[in-house]
Amino acid sequence: MEKRAWVATRKGLFELRRRGGAWRIERVSFLGEPVSMLLPPQASGRMFAALNLGHFGVKVHASDDAGVNWHELPAPMYPPQPPGEPVAGIAWKLHQIWAMEAAGDTLWAGTLPGGLFRSTDAGESWRLVESLWNQPGRAEWFGGGYDVPGIHSICPHPVRPGELLVGISCGGAWVSLDAGASWALQADGMHAAYMPPEQAESPNTQDPHRIVRCAAQPDVLWCQHHNGIWRSSDNAKSWHEITNAPLANFGFGVAVHPDHADTAWFVPGVADQQRVPVGGALVVNRTRDGGRSFETLRAGLPQQDCYDLVYRHGLAVDDSGEGLLTASTTGNLWASDDGGDRWAMVQAHLPPVYALRFG
Amino acid sequence: MARIVFTQQLRRFTETPEVDAPAPTLRAALDAAFAANPRLRSYVLDDQGHLRGNVVAFIDGRRCTERVRLDDALRPDSRVHVMQALSGG
Repeated sequence: MEKRAWVATRKGLFELRRRGGAWRIERVSFLGEPVSMLLPPQASGRMFAALNLGHFGVKVHASDDAGVNWHELPAPMYPPQPPGEPVAGIAWKLHQIWAMEAAGDTLWAGTLPGGLFRSTDAGESWRLVESLWNQPGRAEWFGGGYDVPGIHSICPHPVRPGELLVGISCGGAWVSLDAGASWALQADGMHAAYMPPEQAESPNTQDPHRIVRCAAQPDVLWCQHHNGIWRSSDNAKSWHEITNAPLANFGFGVAVHPDHADTAWFVPGVADQQRVPVGGALVVNRTRDGGRSFETLRAGLPQQDCYDLVYRHGLAVDDSGEGLLTASTTGNLWASDDGGDRWAMVQAHLPPVYALRFG
Repeated sequence: MARIVFTQQLRRFTETPEVDAPAPTLRAALDAAFAANPRLRSYVLDDQGHLRGNVVAFIDGRRCTERVRLDDALRPDSRVHVMQALSGG
């Protein structure tokens, strides 16, 4: 079957097709406009693109023919801000859609400044999940990379409808077992090196850069955190730090094999104060044993004078677990067909890449 | 009748009708335009009904600084221009 992937960038949405063993750009939508996130075609045939127009706000577009034609739908909108708010000076205004996921007939959108929105009518309308927004702990959240906090990871449970986890920079990981009616903060075990000692263990101030869930073993979650890598094998009840990743434990992206929960990939950078590959050489770190050991994969990736950064949604694995794509904020895109052993450049000179997804 | 005109930059996203309205304030003039094209509202105003951070409005050539209430007064023959602020990129 012909493979397809989507690349959301600073200047448009790019559709990739794999033909004859090579990825090619098939189509460009929204050329010139920032596309912050996308959701590939769902079972209904509908796909979504979230735009972040520089002047005119956040917009959501849908396509029912896999990106050939698009039409605008209402974007999530925060309700009227009560007098006396805001919490921590945060205005109830949508800054960006940072995550989009589907679970059955429900669509979820994670946003800056930290609101989770739900649609049950294929994106025709959205409602703020007030049970999370009204958590008293939200007052402790703060921005990570942006001025305001944001939800970048939404991990529905593939077997249990209504169960999902969201990752927040910076606000830890929150789990709902009842379709968003109630929430529990579940980031125990993480620690924040950027906080004073009294706050370092607080689950509500953690900065999980990205959290992903294994489809076949959904109790296993992987997290690339601001200052390390964590893994949970009990559905986020506890998190255990993985301390032996080579080169650096800083990065943004993480991908987990859909069938093998012990296999995960990371793209390290030097550190938060120097967001470039170690030694100017871009690598992918892969573990196949749950983080006990890693291989550093370099074949086909630039090994000198490289300053690319792979952002949190810039690393993806396909349903086979063998096909990988990674793309950088410099606008370079690489693919692997063998689980990361060897890489080939697909495209240089793309706009800065915000997100890429198979589907 | 006050006239309200929108930047041509908006036309690649949605219709921007030029509206003549007996509007006493900037917000009333905007509401008249949004009545002609409801989608236009979200391009000009944010979730709380404030002027978007990177949109500017001019009344008779004067830049409006009241961006929350939008209650700057209009004359019967005022011309309102809604533009993009270059701060937005």
